[in-house]
Amino acid sequence: MTDEYRQLLNLLRSSEAAGTVVRDIERLSRGIDNVKIVHVCGTHEHTISRFGIRLILPKNVKLIAGPGCPVCITPASEIDAVIELALSGVAVLTFGDMLRVPGSELSLFQARSRGADVRVVYSFLDAIKVARSEPSREFVFFAIGFETTAATVAPYIALGKVPENLSLFVSHRLIPPAMEFMSLLRHGADAYIAPGHVSTIIGCKPYEVFPKVYRQSVVIAGFEPLDVLLAVKTILDLTKRGDVKLVNEYSRAVRYEGNVLALKYMYRVFEVVDGAWRGIGVIPQSKLCLRSEYRRYDAVERYGISIRRGIDVRPGCRCGDVIVGRAVPTDCPYFAKVCTPNNPLGPCMVSMEGTCRIWYQFERTRGGEVSERERATEYLYNSSS
Amino acid sequence: MCLGIPGKVLEVRGDTAIVDFGGLRKEVSIVLTPDVQPGDYVIVHAGFAISKISREEALEMLKLLSEVVNSIKVPKTSSR
Repeated sequence: MTDEYRQLLNLLRSSEAAGTVVRDIERLSRGIDNVKIVHVCGTHEHTISRFGIRLILPKNVKLIAGPGCPVCITPASEIDAVIELALSGVAVLTFGDMLRVPGSELSLFQARSRGADVRVVYSFLDAIKVARSEPSREFVFFAIGFETTAATVAPYIALGKVPENLSLFVSHRLIPPAMEFMSLLRHGADAYIAPGHVSTIIGCKPYEVFPKVYRQSVVIAGFEPLDVLLAVKTILDLTKRGDVKLVNEYSRAVRYEGNVLALKYMYRVFEVVDGAWRGIGVIPQSKLCLRSEYRRYDAVERYGISIRRGIDVRPGCRCGDVIVGRAVPTDCPYFAKVCTPNNPLGPCMVSMEGTCRIWYQFERTRGGEVSERERATEYLYNSSS
Repeated sequence: MCLGIPGKVLEVRGDTAIVDFGGLRKEVSIVLTPDVQPGDYVIVHAGFAISKISREEALEMLKLLSEVVNSIKVPKTSSR
């Protein structure tokens, strides 16, 4: 299928196709009220900001970033616990995004400069390789991420391929419960763009609740700029017709049933419990933890870790509001002043999927900062009154 | 974090595959997509192929888009 897929990719990036869809969006936006579209994926925010999609949308169409950055929503208390473990002499393996995220006092990066053995791995498979190559050393894998990442951690546990000297600190979170939390907020969403890669795992079914119960459309979208534009167009089309629906725009990668094998592994190994989200609080049934038969891999049990209260958001920092789409990064007094990617004050400034980090790179330098801020603020105040 | 990169499967070796990302070749796990064959496109996340890209759906999208953008030609037959 080489040629066809290449051709599709080229088409997805063609300005002619984008222009056509943008004109459709303009036409559909006429004569309807404000439409607030929330996405819950750092990679979507990256596409939206990088390609300046907000700047070409009509004034009454708002694209808001929700809780879609896994390192941003990992509570400080869990980071603190892993840091304590690392400082006690256990080697910690984790994804690169996590390194600089501030806990209550330190980040893993700062713990490393105090002598802790903290290493970055690209995948859980690499973590297994590292642990195997140093059998006399104890390793803990700090397992963060949404369903997409949890699905890559589960199979090797289920298949019994995790070496004895490796355990896991599980901080995986689930996306649909966070969307449902957003739906219950007063400033919530009119419609969602659902994350394409989470959906390759979970499929379409978990989103059916939104049109049915909350009267919100959901469009599952890919990550090319045209994918996002098509999702916006679909939402406006439905809004105009007074309809709500679940639509799978990313059908080239997402099946209705998801990745059945991945889900089988995931729920063989993990069970769903209530979990805290940084800047949000506890969301019911939103966290994964190891089932009792796999508890021997649980670092919390192995090392008797106690998880204490942490400081999620520092005074004045707006990360908590940014995570739920109640504020945009430019509303924060620290943004791009004392809080920068080199010296992040809040979690959203760290990962390339954090809204503040993305805005620092793309929106701040666009010269559209003020108008974008005014537009977003004006809209947020109007819609929450 | 949920960054997924499409790549083309060149070779399958047990539960891993060599995948080509526009010139960069990497070994990825296919335990989540055991039915992939050389020539398939997959989405790779954190070292694992998490989804096989559907040829039919990709063609369908190409067809839909070609209806709105005149300069696009859709291949009628395809070779593998």
